[in-house]
Amino acid sequence: MIALGTLCLILALATALFAAGAALYATRRTTGPSALPDRRWVDSSRRAVYAVAALLSGCVLLLEAAFVRSDFGFQLVADHSSTTTPAFYRLTAMWSSQAGSLLLWAWVLSLASSAVLFATRNRHREVVPYATAVLMGLGGFFVSLMLFASSPFVALHPAPAEGLGLNPLLRHPSMMIHPPMLYSGYVMWSIPFAFCIGALAARRLDASWIRSTRRFALIAWTLLSIGILLGARWSYTELGWGGYWGWDPVENASLMPWLAGTAFLHSIMVQERRGMLRVWNVSLIVATFSLALLGTFLVRSGVLQSIHAFGASTVGAPILALIAVVLVGSTLLIVSRLDELRSERRIDSLASRESIFLVNNLLLIGLCAVIFWGTFFPLISEALTGTRASLAAPWFDRYIAPLAIGLVLFAGIGPLLAWRRFSVAAARRIFLWPALAGAAVAAGCLTLADVRAKPLALLLFSFAGFTLAALAQEFARAARARRALDGGTLPRALLAVTARNRRRYGGYVVHAGIAVLMIGVAASSTFQTNRDIELAPGQSARVGSYDVHYVKPTVDIANEKIAFGALLEVRRGSKQFVLSPTRNYYRSQDPSQGPIGRFFQGESTSEVGLRAGIRNDFWTAVRPNIDGLNRAIRDGDRRFARASPDLQGLAIAAVAQSYLTNSPPATFRVIVNPLVSWLWIGALIALTGALIGIWPAAEARRRLTSSYAAKLGRELSRA
Amino acid sequence: MEVLLALAIFVALVVFVSGPLRHRPREVEEMDAGLADLEARKQAKYAEIRDARLDHAAGKLSDEDFERQDAELRGEAVAILKQLDGVDKPAESGG
Repeated sequence: MIALGTLCLILALATALFAAGAALYATRRTTGPSALPDRRWVDSSRRAVYAVAALLSGCVLLLEAAFVRSDFGFQLVADHSSTTTPAFYRLTAMWSSQAGSLLLWAWVLSLASSAVLFATRNRHREVVPYATAVLMGLGGFFVSLMLFASSPFVALHPAPAEGLGLNPLLRHPSMMIHPPMLYSGYVMWSIPFAFCIGALAARRLDASWIRSTRRFALIAWTLLSIGILLGARWSYTELGWGGYWGWDPVENASLMPWLAGTAFLHSIMVQERRGMLRVWNVSLIVATFSLALLGTFLVRSGVLQSIHAFGASTVGAPILALIAVVLVGSTLLIVSRLDELRSERRIDSLASRESIFLVNNLLLIGLCAVIFWGTFFPLISEALTGTRASLAAPWFDRYIAPLAIGLVLFAGIGPLLAWRRFSVAAARRIFLWPALAGAAVAAGCLTLADVRAKPLALLLFSFAGFTLAALAQEFARAARARRALDGGTLPRALLAVTARNRRRYGGYVVHAGIAVLMIGVAASSTFQTNRDIELAPGQSARVGSYDVHYVKPTVDIANEKIAFGALLEVRRGSKQFVLSPTRNYYRSQDPSQGPIGRFFQGESTSEVGLRAGIRNDFWTAVRPNIDGLNRAIRDGDRRFARASPDLQGLAIAAVAQSYLTNSPPATFRVIVNPLVSWLWIGALIALTGALIGIWPAAEARRRLTSSYAAKLGRELSRA
Repeated sequence: MEVLLALAIFVALVVFVSGPLRHRPREVEEMDAGLADLEARKQAKYAEIRDARLDHAAGKLSDEDFERQDAELRGEAVAILKQLDGVDKPAESGG
């Protein structure tokens, strides 16, 4: 099966190269009075893309089957799975490895390419061949990396009886979905990028390439958002430091294309409506896609220290070379088309929606630039001074906070303005209630001493109040206007107005979600109570308004880990709840560390105790003091080194149980996070809005149906 | 077994991919690129006109601004319709 997998990869590479070559050849063999690329070669290249998708799907199936069967003849399976790894995690272990994640990249790319080429099979014949060549050039690149640098199909002879197991940090439900979402988000940006390059190459510089790939861009944005969200949730509940965002290079690497992509999704609306910002849009999609590649590079190269990057590798240099080719090639192409890209129109008025889109774009790109500088500062400082210096969270907060606050404000102003121009009289009418809402929130916050002392948080809460009120007003006014035009009830009018313009109102829902999310971020990061306390069993401490009582230690012994934990009773006023944070010690794969000692030489992870609420999250992680077990561990290792597994198991249980009888004080990190749940709720609202925007409009579906009906009618009349 | 499977995949791949090269191009309803673009621009312009109407009804546009904007948009829509007529005519006379 390993040979078959390798053969599928070789065929996928050859087919991808054929697809790219055939597509380019089609542009040379023009046919018909309009000199369109040769249809036969275009069709053949499209079929080749489908074939690449089928071949790579075969590779994924082969690997997944090997993981399910625990076939340790596959090195990838032996290195990232074991017979004791739960089936749930065995299925997803593929993308915890470098070779597996490269396969995921190429596979998702081939599926997305097939989908977009199927959707455009009867359209854009000038642009599609170039886009096919770009997509399959990328596909060929990633398949080449697998074949020549990091293959998922490497055999082990003889196959070991047991695998090394999955990295314990990755045994988290979020990790099943986070990597494929993030990678799919990165990969999907290649679709609008490829069509942009196709449009530039074919000199079809109107908005048709945007219309054909807009939904793919929105899907890319949504998948990337889900990936980032799940990564933040994983950090919050698994890493044991209590935060959801640490300005880690790999986190930043996913946020940068998200920001640039968000700017792109806004500015393409200006091009579609007004024919403006063409140079800006092609530059933005090139930047977004390059940043997506940079994200892949940062995860895989090991060039920057990160809690998320799983090992350095040899594929960093080729990916960096690809980024250089993309940037240089795209820039040359854009420069060569500058005259044709120039807009004939200018913005009519500063008080118009398009000018706010431009401000919003500048804020988003400003955020992206700050994060880029902060992320790569260690490399820049090393290049300039010879010393690697990092920029910590306070540096990021100083620059990011004002820009993010501005973004929340403009997320409310933009929807209030009309396209083209806006009169002062209308401004008074439209801005009155949102401004009053923002002022009311500010006044309410000023009564709270904590908020008064934090002007940035006060500003953000007020702006979020303004934005939420503005969006609510938008929905209400639109529904009333629709009811005035069509009649019916207000809720029905609200549904009708949303259904008729899903993109616009889905976008408003996203804005509302982001405002809510930012409330959660601002409150939890500004007003967090964070304490490390040392408690012996029976002792109590007060953290904020919570009383924490350490009831007793706990121990749980499983086949591949020992979990030392604590039972905590937490009381706040009359309310009481119980939490059981644990620290898991995973057995290392090195038997020379002794039958007991190897449990304490391997990886360890935190299972946090979390009580989530609408007002506060109470979060705690335990760091048990196991120094007192060292002597028993050493003795046990010496005595039971050659004992039977059963006897070794009894010795491990005895050592672990001794922690219960003679338990020293444990250290607890306790965090009270105000309003942090609103971060997750806001994200879910934003994702709902994105789904509303992605869903095809009723009108488009009707057009599709009627075109099929017309076709059916024609064919029936022929018969 | 693996060799036979590999051979079957290879043959199927060649047959599938080379299909369009071995036959005459299929007859398809392919919209002329210029026509498709004009059609898309027309739909976008109609959407703009509808949005402006809704914005006016929602009080975002004063009567004066709406009338000016509506006239501009309708003028642009008419220009697109004229262009569409120009693209359509040769096809009609030819067909």
